[in-house]
Amino acid sequence: MRRGATWFNATSVAIGFAFLYLPILLLVIYSFNESKLVTVWGGFSFRWYGELLRDQAMLDAAWVTLRVAFLSATIATVLGTLGALALVRFGRFLGRTLFSGMIYAPLVMPDVITGLSLLLLFVSLDLDRGFWTLILAHVTLTMCFVAVVVQSRLVTFDRSLEEAALDLGATPAKTFFVITLPLIMPGVVAGWMLAFTLSLDDLVIASFTTGPGATTLPMKIFSQVKFGVTPEVNAISTILILVVATGVIVASLVTKRREVERQKAERLALQG
Amino acid sequence: MAANVTSANARASRLRWLVIAVPLAWMLIFFLIPFFNVLKISFSTRARAMPPYKPVLSMVDGIAGLFDKLQQLTIANYLTLVADSKYWLAYVSSVQIALFSTVLIVLVAYPIAYGMARAPRQWRTTLVMLVILPFWTSFLIRVYAWIGILSDEGLLNQVLMQLGLIDQPLRILTTNWAVYIGIVYSYLPFMILPLYATLEKLDETLLEAAEDLGCPPMKAFWTITFPLSLPGLIAGCFLVFIPITGEFVIPDLLGGSGTLMIGKTLWYEFFNNRNWPLASAVAVVLLLLLVVPIVIFQNQQQKQAEKSR
Repeated sequence: MRRGATWFNATSVAIGFAFLYLPILLLVIYSFNESKLVTVWGGFSFRWYGELLRDQAMLDAAWVTLRVAFLSATIATVLGTLGALALVRFGRFLGRTLFSGMIYAPLVMPDVITGLSLLLLFVSLDLDRGFWTLILAHVTLTMCFVAVVVQSRLVTFDRSLEEAALDLGATPAKTFFVITLPLIMPGVVAGWMLAFTLSLDDLVIASFTTGPGATTLPMKIFSQVKFGVTPEVNAISTILILVVATGVIVASLVTKRREVERQKAERLALQG
Repeated sequence: MAANVTSANARASRLRWLVIAVPLAWMLIFFLIPFFNVLKISFSTRARAMPPYKPVLSMVDGIAGLFDKLQQLTIANYLTLVADSKYWLAYVSSVQIALFSTVLIVLVAYPIAYGMARAPRQWRTTLVMLVILPFWTSFLIRVYAWIGILSDEGLLNQVLMQLGLIDQPLRILTTNWAVYIGIVYSYLPFMILPLYATLEKLDETLLEAAEDLGCPPMKAFWTITFPLSLPGLIAGCFLVFIPITGEFVIPDLLGGSGTLMIGKTLWYEFFNNRNWPLASAVAVVLLLLLVVPIVIFQNQQQKQAEKSR
């Protein structure tokens, strides 16, 4: 009986992962296809990567997207970390329910609603739509994700360290930068990366809130896809997948190693 | 000395206030207040101007002018949503598609999450990492990947024809089936992760006790494992149902003209017809439809966060 159950579990996990990864794998394989027809294999080639390098509009869009993602993720990480601190550390304060509601709601809010409401705000305020409105929109969306990630790190955290620092006369600000921040750093880094990829990825909110001169990569890809499947889109997708996967894997290995080192140091400290 | 402590306390409370005020102000300005703006514009009429709606409420003509403009507000857009079946059918169909997809996602995600939670301990972190990894790669790209698989001359049809299972290509792309496949694929990690989190914490001695007492494994699953996994299951359902209802990219790229979804309607009303007031009314009604699930989701998340403290 037990053996049957194990076999069933292993099979469902294997099929599940095949389902998750096969489409991405096929997409990557077909980016090296010589043929213009995406579904017919015409031999291995880097042709579409070459085309991509000559496609100035696509490169411009990629550059805009990277700058927006970097800036908005950085601002969102600062605001999101403050938001997480307010939620976890400050107990009850006036408007706490409203505040936590505004942190959780954007996580599930359909993009079309967020996009439309931000656009109408920018129009009402008479702001020129473009690079900066895009950043405001992405900060709003992604800071909530950062807050949730950092919050989950903050709740598992030993408060006696902070209390010790405060008792020894450190100011609250100093305590935060010397004790709290280094300890929640893995959460902050994960939050930044999540914000960065969400911004990199967003089509709907960007389409609403950007203006002429600030077309993002997803918008460019979307308009190409509307004309049909093109191998160039496979090529740019492959590059994006590669960059993001490398980033995530490296970051998780680094945090894992830091964690092991920290635990070792703690053990040594306790023995000493 | 005492004065020093007081000033330190005052500084600390000022700091505390700042930490709350900055993100709170940001979310008020860019998240909450914009909804009231959408509400206001949903009562206006389309205009050939920039912005393309009237009246534009302002105080330039004084109180009387503002009052005059307020009288120009109308509920015409909402009447359109009720009268024209194109709109209300899109709401009904969105909720139907979201409900059916949520059920499909549960059926696919549960065995995977269960298998992961029962996998050897040293593999589990890697397995979780492998579920998260596709979630980090672009949503748009993952949807796009399915076009090449599901189209008439796509890979799925090629394989099925090679195997001799069919002799005519199956029409999957541009049907609701393609939309379901795309949705299940894109939202699967959001269900697997909360389910896995609850299943992994499950006390295995309970199952061993049941087995020792002669309870068949199936019965043990339904009386012990399943009820204990409900918090994760419910969280996962909200996490997928709410955004799927307003989904735009998947029905637009994988569905056909017959795929009615309200996110698509809103997009076309805004970008193609440039009818901002009607698009706003569509958004307001969609939000009203989702407000109850969103509030339940928030409460649940908050409770979860407080419990883990």
